[in-house]
Amino acid sequence: MTHIVVDPVTRIEGHLRIEAEVDGGRVTDAWSSATMFRGVELILKGRDPRDAWAFTQRICGVCTTVHAIASIRAVENAIGAQPPQNARLLRNLIMAYQCVQDHVIHFYHLHALDWVDVVSALSADPAKTSALAESISDWPLSGTKYFAGVKGRLKTFVERGQLGPFANAYWGHPAYVLPPEANLMAVAHYLEALDWQRDVIRAHAILGGKNPHLQSFLVGGMATPIDPDRQASINVGSIAELQQLAAKAKDFVSRVYIPDLLAVASFYKAWAGIGGGVGNYLVYGEYPEDDGPNPPLFLPSGVLRNKDLSKVEKFDAAKITEHVKHSWYDYAGGDDKGIHPSEGETKPNYTGPTPPYEKLDGAAKYSWLKAPRYDGLPMEVGPLSRMLVAYASGHTRVKEIVGDVLKKLGVGPEALFSTLGRVAARGIETLLLTEKIEGWIDQLAGNMHRRQLTIHDNSKWEPATWPKESTGAGFHEAPRGALGHWVHIKDGAIANYQCIVPSTWNAGPRDAQGKRGPYEEALLNTPVADPAKPIEILRTIHSFDPCIACGVHVVDARRNVLAKVRAV
Amino acid sequence: MRKPASWFEAELAQRGVSRREFVNYCGVMATALALPKVFGSRIAEAVLKAEKPVIVWLEFQDCAGNTESFLRATKPTVADIVLDVLSVDYHETIMAAAGHQAEDLLAKTVKEKKGAYLAVVEGSIPTGANGAYCTIGGRSALQIVREVCGGAAATIAVGTCATFGGLPAAAPNPTGALGVADAVPGLKNLVNLSACPMNPENLTALVVHYLTFKDLPALDGFRRPLFAYGKTIHDNCERRAHFDAGQYVEAWGDDGHRTGYCLYKMGCKGPVTFQNCPVVRWNEGTSWPIGCGHPCIGCAEPDFWDKMTPFYRHLPTIPGFKLGTPVDKVGLWASAGVAAAFATHGLISLVQRARTGRVKEEHIPPPPPEDETKKPGSPQKGASS
Repeated sequence: MTHIVVDPVTRIEGHLRIEAEVDGGRVTDAWSSATMFRGVELILKGRDPRDAWAFTQRICGVCTTVHAIASIRAVENAIGAQPPQNARLLRNLIMAYQCVQDHVIHFYHLHALDWVDVVSALSADPAKTSALAESISDWPLSGTKYFAGVKGRLKTFVERGQLGPFANAYWGHPAYVLPPEANLMAVAHYLEALDWQRDVIRAHAILGGKNPHLQSFLVGGMATPIDPDRQASINVGSIAELQQLAAKAKDFVSRVYIPDLLAVASFYKAWAGIGGGVGNYLVYGEYPEDDGPNPPLFLPSGVLRNKDLSKVEKFDAAKITEHVKHSWYDYAGGDDKGIHPSEGETKPNYTGPTPPYEKLDGAAKYSWLKAPRYDGLPMEVGPLSRMLVAYASGHTRVKEIVGDVLKKLGVGPEALFSTLGRVAARGIETLLLTEKIEGWIDQLAGNMHRRQLTIHDNSKWEPATWPKESTGAGFHEAPRGALGHWVHIKDGAIANYQCIVPSTWNAGPRDAQGKRGPYEEALLNTPVADPAKPIEILRTIHSFDPCIACGVHVVDARRNVLAKVRAV
Repeated sequence: MRKPASWFEAELAQRGVSRREFVNYCGVMATALALPKVFGSRIAEAVLKAEKPVIVWLEFQDCAGNTESFLRATKPTVADIVLDVLSVDYHETIMAAAGHQAEDLLAKTVKEKKGAYLAVVEGSIPTGANGAYCTIGGRSALQIVREVCGGAAATIAVGTCATFGGLPAAAPNPTGALGVADAVPGLKNLVNLSACPMNPENLTALVVHYLTFKDLPALDGFRRPLFAYGKTIHDNCERRAHFDAGQYVEAWGDDGHRTGYCLYKMGCKGPVTFQNCPVVRWNEGTSWPIGCGHPCIGCAEPDFWDKMTPFYRHLPTIPGFKLGTPVDKVGLWASAGVAAAFATHGLISLVQRARTGRVKEEHIPPPPPEDETKKPGSPQKGASS
């Protein structure tokens, strides 16, 4: 038996440590540990709830919009503000551009190097690479000379001996199975995607002033004025630019990302049988298609258990609990049962080894993440959960794209419950959203044309208009999954604030019953050819797209009880 | 040193960039650094000759926002080269290696390139719980930052968390978070690029400056380059004329908001925030926060999470008017002449008073002792346009 430690897990957001036991070439047990926290919720106490979005937004700079969205929704829910239609459309656009850009970056810049051997690309034949590229897509950058140029650039890079971010990786590992030409094509697209992401995210600068950390959110609406005739507003010129960026996004996703995904996946079909994990999937739902409470959602909410696609349960926020048996916190009533976030408490108690340390004790507390459970069960959240719930709920377009992808790979829907399934679902969702963006831009343009220019519900801006005390919840489907913020406002100030974040669901440790979290469960039985180079572990962990700074958020180092909020 | 030069020229050729275009780009960069444009050729010469400098990028209590910002660096093609010519030997978010293979790279650089590499730090450094609030490879952020920055030729703290503690250090600072200057007392050659996140164009400009002159640019009392932090947002704001004319946004989405009136009454912190946002803008110059209709939140200033909040409450007085004059009473009678004559001076002295006090109070190390003014290309001189 070999004990493996991967720390830091790189190409993620935040600080994650994985410990695993390998026996007979397979993972027999695993522990997921988050090794950093900041205490954002405590910092929020006593502050103006209208400021909270800017604070929580800084929980994560990668999914830079998501905590701002969840926060303004929670506060609006508490004070009864009703964002107007234009604000809904602007938010939908911001969320969709975020998700699209984030997923593409994940595929090419965070995940691809687990599947693509950069060094192998050096032995590729550019002519054959061109033939390969042209056989899977009509993307114009596909000529022999183009790939020869990329290869030359790579060669110069390698020959200098300064490999920079590509140094010391697992190149040449037997788990890399792509032919050199596929590797070269992927490297070319890695570089193209770097330029693409920078360009496409300009949509966020138009809608939010800058990216990362957009600055146009407001409780009750948005701060971006709309007016077809004014230079200082989202005007007709902005609409044209947004359309162009949407088209550019769709073009790259449909002609580069999806073909690459299918090509790479076809070589790694074995991974459709690895990394399944807990098999329970939770989705809050996203993209309101109408205004007011309980609007219809483009991507539906729901819960799936035991990989059963025949029954979608209704999501019920009351069934959420959080455990700290294996987290560096204590509960006043003991650590043996989970408690609902409405009665949540946070007393940090670091009992791990003093740094520098070699090994954590998996039988004791071992992570700064709590362990959230739904109806007592660990739940996977994220693109795979969203696509499965949409698929099982009969979402027409999702069923079409999923069916198409499964057919091209020659596998059945059961293949989705896997590491490869997560990778595929992320691509499917990206394509789906690129098709959707244009419609929201059109609606915005239509409102502009009818001179419906309202962007904010001013009636609830002043704290004097708020109830003396109120609670609210804000839910959002972030790129990485289900995100919830809960706020308790008293006398115009935040009395308590609580977030339960996608990567807490996915990366959390064991609960009081000893049930593993989704990462830990997904690692079981993963083959590991060389314990010194555990690339297979990275593949499964990266397939979740970890965002650990998001996951670790709760700490109250001075007082014992943090959260006293009610889910609405 | 023929080889590196030809290598770089080969890189340029491969990207289809002529030498002339590159020199021209360096001219633009000279402008960003507030140097006379003729320095373009000098910068180009220096960069062409330079060895590929090694950078290690450390992340502690961070959100990766500065990393993402770095990925958005613009000036297409040519700026890519400037970033490409850096050998980024360690950067958790982008590097292929993981676990001990990643940590080995860091150890190797620190040992073999001692005194020659650049350290970039993102995120604050927690001091509570014996360092257990942030560990990487089992070592605490504090252990890592002291070792790595201690051996660096220079350290660049990016973003307000690494510079001043930022969000984790906001009251009540639950984890005892510090910026680099405080976490590594006495650290020499430290440059702070504050803002949340830092603007990637300023990082590029700083690196080019370093490669060209082999030293650091002139800094302010917070160790921030004057080329980027020498003036307030308000000084360069495109809505300044509306401020001077007393034209303010009164409600979100009102006629003034749509027209682009001044956001002062909505809480704008531009008058007390030193940063070149309005000039450089964001995302290939597409826009910036005030440009899109939201007030500045003062993200480049120390303790902005505590000192600039509530974000939507306007600053207590209009700078240049008698202290205590409530903005609501000023309204339209503020004539452009009066405001223009007094605003800048009055405000700056106000800010500087506050600033001098804070520098003392926090024991922030003074700027490097070298005499900046004697240098022919001193950014300080160029900045006083």
